[in-house]
Parts: sequence; structure tokens; C-alpha cells
Amino acid sequence: MSESKLELDKVSIALNGKQLLTVDSSVGPGEVLTIMGPSGSGKSSLLAYIAGFLAPVFEASGGVFVNGDDITTLPAERRRVGLLFQDPLLFPHLSIAGNLRFAIDDRSADKASLIRQGLDEVGLGGFEERDPGTLSGGQESRIALLRLLLSSPNAVLLDEPFSKLDSQLRAEMRTLVFSKLRASGLPSILVTHDQADADSAGGEIITLEQ
Amino acid sequence: MLRWASHSLLILLAVPILLGTLIAILPAFGYFPTLGGTEFSLDAWRELVQVPGIKRSIQISLLSGVLTPLIALALVFLYLASASGSKLDNWMRRLVSPLLSFPHAAAAFGLAFLIAPSGLLSRLISPGLSGWERPPDLLIINDTWGLTLLFGLIVKEVPFLLLMSLAALPQLQPSKHVELARSLGYRPTIGWLKVIAPNLYPLIRLPVAAVIVFASATVDVALILGPTLPPTLSVRVLAWFNDADLNFRFLAAAGAILQLGTSLLAITIWLCLEKLCAVLWRFWVATGDRGTGERLVFFSGRGAMPIVLLVITGSLVALLVNAFAGPWRYPSVLPSSWTFLHWTNNFQNLLTPLLNTLLISVGSTLSALVLVLATLESERQSGKLRATAMWLLYLPLLVPQIVFLFGFIVLTESMRWQGTMSLVIFGHFLFVLPYVFLSLSEAYRQLDPRWSQVASTLGASPFKSFWRIRIPLLLAPCLTAIAIGMAISISLFLPTQLLGAGRITTITSEAVALSSGASRNLIAVWAVVQLSLPMLGFLAALTVPRLLWRNRTGMREIR
Repeated sequence: MSESKLELDKVSIALNGKQLLTVDSSVGPGEVLTIMGPSGSGKSSLLAYIAGFLAPVFEASGGVFVNGDDITTLPAERRRVGLLFQDPLLFPHLSIAGNLRFAIDDRSADKASLIRQGLDEVGLGGFEERDPGTLSGGQESRIALLRLLLSSPNAVLLDEPFSKLDSQLRAEMRTLVFSKLRASGLPSILVTHDQADADSAGGEIITLEQ
Repeated sequence: MLRWASHSLLILLAVPILLGTLIAILPAFGYFPTLGGTEFSLDAWRELVQVPGIKRSIQISLLSGVLTPLIALALVFLYLASASGSKLDNWMRRLVSPLLSFPHAAAAFGLAFLIAPSGLLSRLISPGLSGWERPPDLLIINDTWGLTLLFGLIVKEVPFLLLMSLAALPQLQPSKHVELARSLGYRPTIGWLKVIAPNLYPLIRLPVAAVIVFASATVDVALILGPTLPPTLSVRVLAWFNDADLNFRFLAAAGAILQLGTSLLAITIWLCLEKLCAVLWRFWVATGDRGTGERLVFFSGRGAMPIVLLVITGSLVALLVNAFAGPWRYPSVLPSSWTFLHWTNNFQNLLTPLLNTLLISVGSTLSALVLVLATLESERQSGKLRATAMWLLYLPLLVPQIVFLFGFIVLTESMRWQGTMSLVIFGHFLFVLPYVFLSLSEAYRQLDPRWSQVASTLGASPFKSFWRIRIPLLLAPCLTAIAIGMAISISLFLPTQLLGAGRITTITSEAVALSSGASRNLIAVWAVVQLSLPMLGFLAALTVPRLLWRNRTGMREIR
């Protein structure tokens, strides 16, 4: 797995002339930077800016670097920055294998065995042909994580990915997500307003104010 | 790459229509070089004023232009005030699209077969209730004042205005506001009329304007149901246009401009009515009255819509019975035997128009769909809504067809483009485009943007995420848009007739041509074919996604 680094160089976001946030930070391989703050503080806008689809109504400045490469002006699909949303967002018209295949680089040789191996690793072996609509919440989250990892990103963004899970599943998913990200050596940014998420992530914490 | 899409969409719509309207003015004032008219003159207008019965023709066009939207809108508002959230409402919501796809000509024929002196309704009450042993001598169809025409137009425009209202309503959050009004002591129907109606009306003004123009300038419905001595203005213009003596073209051009003026006058009268209603409304709201008239609103609203439904269903039954009727003596309710003869005898004649209809509707709808999708996708990628020029979409519905088609023909005749399949398809495209756009844009804009965002963070290009994510997720609305576009194209009469120069025939153009003199059975066969084509389209739009996604439970929530 690649060892990479995510740097935010004086990233600042404003809406209608009002400054929302400024972040200047560096996230090393396998580390998680946690950003906490009330809703409306611009947390999600920061992730949208890093991922490359911040709505044009926002004014943003600052640089985003992955392994020293400036990705600030690249289109979203070429940034290789993965994103986990609150919802798993499995494409409902594709099978589980179809969802995973969508994420794998077209040049990869043996997609089928990559998928089989990945499913085994998250404990969902044999789920290839299942309809995403028939999965439980926890199973969906695991597929979403696997799909993200199979797209071989250089950095990962987590937008309150555990907030919709019930408390037992939440603890389970936290452990799974953070151990996977650490094992892959990926730098990640977690946005949340749950202190337990931040504790579990175990990295630097930035708290935003309204 | 997609940036051209929204511009070309508006240019393709606006230029032919505005240019056509401008060019139609020239021959009206004597300038028509191909017919030897090289100098401007007022001869055509002098002639037009002398045409017998021209005043009556204008009056009838004005009458149906103002009364159709007035009565149809009143019915729709009374219905919405009294039935929102009821079982009837759930039903109507499902029925309104198929009702809308009932082609004008077929609906007009069906209505004629229902209410004519020897029609289904008269048979139902004879001789028991009426005592008639033979069809009464009443002028119901083609009546002098166009009342049957008016009735037919109202029945046809109610579903249109209802659909437009239902599409606009959610943004007004009607149930929340009506609840608030109720908490202040208003009866729900009165609360709806006082709180929701004044806010809903501005949102459906353009569709109402389209109804005014259509009702004042329709040709096919007026040919079937309208008066004959004299006919409506639009019908007369078409007759002059088609006259073997080409010098009538000058008169036709002047008539077309008069038609434009008549439609504009109808709109002006409507604008005055609007002002009047606004004053009355404000006065009524200011009284603070909370319940007076509530029963009247309730029963008229709940009563009128089922009657409209019943008339449409009755028209359909009348068509079907006539299409398969053997010998059928008055006043028997049903024929004494049934036969396929009308179908087998006509099979040969149906074939070419049927193929033309399919070719034209598929060609025009698919080109409209490509342009609309490109526009919506470019709008999404740039992240900006371009709502400013969107009223131009209504242009083909706001200018009387006969006016700009007339000018368009003058133009295409000199280019030797007239009478070709490509021109007819282009003409249909102009009318199909607005409907495809209006039916698809809402679904396209409301699809959760995170689907495309997930796709791009997974490394998918906009191209890949468009084809592999957005199109499949939006398959159902796309198919509905195709069905609506094809239904519009199938129902068009005048563009086929004029741009095809009579050489290209469709089911609709043939059916309307039969209206003068053919047997009821023959007409019924053509009308049944005409109305089943859009029905098949809607059926396909409904079943294909269900079959395709039968193992994809998540697709049921994507709307």
C-alpha cells in the first residue's frame, strides 16, 4: 500500500463574504485529522472543497496537496480522494459486485478476484450478486468502505459516516474503518460532532466555532 | 463541450417561431415574390373584411379563447380546494398523465359520438326517458355558437391545467398552510382558496396562456366539433391556404395575422379578468369570512371532476363501440352484432400513415431528448441554473400554430425543403421539445447530487457517471418524457398538414381529414389507432423500469 500525505495550505472558505473557516494542517500516512464543530460551521464545505465539488456560491482559497502534488484545481475524478458520506450511497441499480467494479480502475487485471478477496475481508464473502436494497445498515456501510478502498485513493474524507448507525454498530464500524485506513497507510480527515468518533480516531482534533 | 446545449436549445426554438411569425406578415401585405406579389398593398385586408361571416368567426374564436381557460381553471381550483389529500385525489394523480395523452382529435371524435343526436347518450335515454324513436333534429355537433367546441376544449384542458397545478403545488406546502388556516377557524376548502390559490395562480400563468392561445386558434378540434357556417377563424385560414387557387394565399396570410391579433386580444381580455379577480379576491379575503360557501365549493369541486372523467371515459367507449359495431339501429344502446370488418377493410390504408407517425414521433422525440439531457447535464456540471430564458420554452405554445407555420412555409418553399420528412420531423420537434423539457427537468434537478459526487470520488469521469449512474437512476422519468413527447407528436395535426404539404400523412392527419363525410365506423377505427399509440407508450414507460429493476428494491424509492 502507498504511504501518502495530505496537506491543507491555509484553506479558507467563505459564504456571502462571511468567513466560515480557515484550516492549515498536515495529515501523515495512516493518521486521522478530526474536525469538530456545530452544523453550519462549514465542515462539510471543507470536505467538498478538498474532494473537488464545492458549490460555486462559496468563495474558497488555499491549496490542497497530496504527496506534495497540488490537486486544488484538478477535477474531482482525478484527485484520487475518496469520500464516505453519512449514507452508504450504494448505487441502487447495480449489484454489490457492480458497485465494487465501478470503483476499480478499468486497467486492473483480475477484477473478479479483487472483489472476492475484498468481500471476504469485510466478512461478506459470496455477496457478489446481492441487491444492495436487501442489505442491513451495517452490511451497506462495509460495502461502501470496501468500494472506497478498491478505488485506491491517496487520501480519504469521512463526512459523519457513523452518525446514522445505531450505537452498537457504530462502535463496530469505527474500529473497522480506522483499522482499515491505518493498515492502508491513508491520511484521512474526519468531520463529526460526536466526541466518541474523535476519541476513536485518535489523531489531532480541530474544533471550529460558529 | 456541453455548454452549447442550452443555447442551441433556445435558438432552435426561438428562431423558427419568431422568424416564421415575422415572415407571415409579408404576404399579408402583398409581398410574396413566388406568387408575383412584389409590392406592398392592403388588398388582402380589404378582401378579408368583406368575407361573409368573418365577424362571427372572430367572435367564436374569442369566445372559446377566453371561456375555455376560465371554466377549466375554475374547475381545477374548485377541485383542488375540495379534494386535496382525498381518495379521489390519489386516483386523479395517477389518471392525469394518461388522460393528457388522449389525442385532441380522438377525444373530439369520441365526444361527438357520445353527445350527437344519434350518439351513445341519446340512445341510453331513448326511447324510455326521452320518447325519441328516431334521432332528434338538434344541431349539437358543429353548433352555430361553438358551444360543443367549447365543451370539448374544456374537457381536454382540465387535465392539462390540473397536471401543471399538481407539479407546482408542492413548493407552496399546501397542507401546512391549510392547517394553519384551519387553526384560525377557516373551513379547509375556503382556506385553500384564500391562502393557496392566489399563490398557485402565478406559477401556472404560462400554461394558462398556452390554453388561451390553443383554444382560440385550434384547427383540428374546431374542424371536428366547431361550427361550419361560418367556421372558426383558424379553420377558415387553413381552407384558404389549401385552396387550389394560389391567390388565396394572400387572404390566408392576412387571416393568419388576424388570428394572431385575435389570440392576443383574448390574452388581453384575460389580463383584464385577472385584475378584476385580484380585486375581488382581496376584498373576499379581507372580509375574513371563514365558512360561507364552503358546501358549494365542496360539492362543485368534488362533483365536476368525476363528470369530466365520465365524459372522457364515455368518449372512449363511444369510439370503441363504433369501431367494432355491426348493424346498429337507433335507439338500441348497443349494436345488434360486432365485426372486425372496419379494421380488415382498412388495414392497407392504415399502414403507411402508421409508419410515418412512428418515424416522425420517434425522430422528433429522441432529438428533443438528446438536447434536453445535454442542457440539463451542462446546467448540473456548471452548477448554475439558467432559469432566465426558460419562458422561451413556452414560445411554441404561445404563438398560434397557424401563424408561424405559415411564415415557416413561405421560407421553406423557397428552400425547396417543404413536403419532406425531415421538415415535418423538425416541425414536430419544436412542439415536443417544451414538453420533454418540462417533464424531465424536475426529476433531473432533484436527483440527489451525492450520486454523482460519489461516482467522481471513485474516479469516474463526468461521461462515465452520466451514462452509468445518472441515466439508469433516471430511466423511469426519461421513459415518461419519451412517452409524453411521442404522445404530443402523435396528436399534432397542423404541422404535419402544412409542412408535409399534404404529401406526408399520419394517423392524425388522415383521421381529421375523414371528419367531413366518412362513416362513423371508419372514423372510429382511425381514432382508436390514434389514441392507442400514446397509451402503449405510457404502458411501456411504466412497465420497462419495473421489469428491468425487479431485483433492485432500492430503485423503487428513486423518483
